[in-house]
Amino acid sequence: MGNFTVGVVVFPGSNCDRDVSWALEGCLDIRTKYLWHESSDLSDVDAIVLPGGFSYGDYLRCGAIARFSPLINALDEFVKSGKRVLGICNGFQILTESGFLPGALVANKNLNFICDDVELDIVSSKGGWFNNGDEKQTIKLPIAHGEGRYHCDSDTLKKLVDNELIALRYKNNPNGSSFDIAGITNEKGNVLGLMPHPERACDEKIGGTDGLFTLKSLILK
Amino acid sequence: MDQFAVKVLVRLRSSVLDPAGEATKSASIKLGAEGIKSLRIGKMIEVKIEGNGENEVREKIDLLCDRLFANTVIEDYEYSLEKL
Repeated sequence: MGNFTVGVVVFPGSNCDRDVSWALEGCLDIRTKYLWHESSDLSDVDAIVLPGGFSYGDYLRCGAIARFSPLINALDEFVKSGKRVLGICNGFQILTESGFLPGALVANKNLNFICDDVELDIVSSKGGWFNNGDEKQTIKLPIAHGEGRYHCDSDTLKKLVDNELIALRYKNNPNGSSFDIAGITNEKGNVLGLMPHPERACDEKIGGTDGLFTLKSLILK
Repeated sequence: MDQFAVKVLVRLRSSVLDPAGEATKSASIKLGAEGIKSLRIGKMIEVKIEGNGENEVREKIDLLCDRLFANTVIEDYEYSLEKL
């Protein structure tokens, strides 16, 4: 994939950074570079993934402390320039806490940490993150979270629906998310946050390949 | 400089389901406590802070509450302040 480089952010407590890097490099031949959270130089990466895990121990609230890292401070300009940012699980929580995406992620309705494969409807392919062709499609991705219940007020929900910002909805809502929401984009479409883990679905031998399209779409301009 | 002790209460907004509160309510009833109509769990944050007078300290605490201690999408906050 030429010199295109995806930055994979590493916070203290990130635990899916290597999975993301493996999926991008090993399955898609896309170059990656780990970005330590204290770095604010994003000049040599073309897209960024905020991986899953428990950044800063999830102290206070999931993603709340990560928001104040130098890297997240530098992300504003990166996003404004139109470059692509993918937040997976804890990365989604960080994107909502830091205001790149609306709403918040709170404790699952049943309080369980849910580790499962879930069926998801692709609602919108805004930003080109999902392949929904002409018809609504369903994909299967793994989830693993205790605090993945998407919550927003009714005005925000209306805005999400009206502007086609809802990317993914759970078929059988496992965590009590508002409107079954599993993933959303910003208005421009260059930022996607989702609770499911596409990087864990990039190889037939370990549970399917429905995550490949989303990771591959990081290289879209 | 004056020193203040601040107690911040952070609560989930009433419109946000509190499953931990619900689970604790259920356990409270199993313990035999009667009459519990609702039970919700919040957080208390205690801060000791210096500043030139109460107004300056309130400004700092307002910023902390709004930007860090609470996520105002899902939580409300209030605080009390005592001069030491």
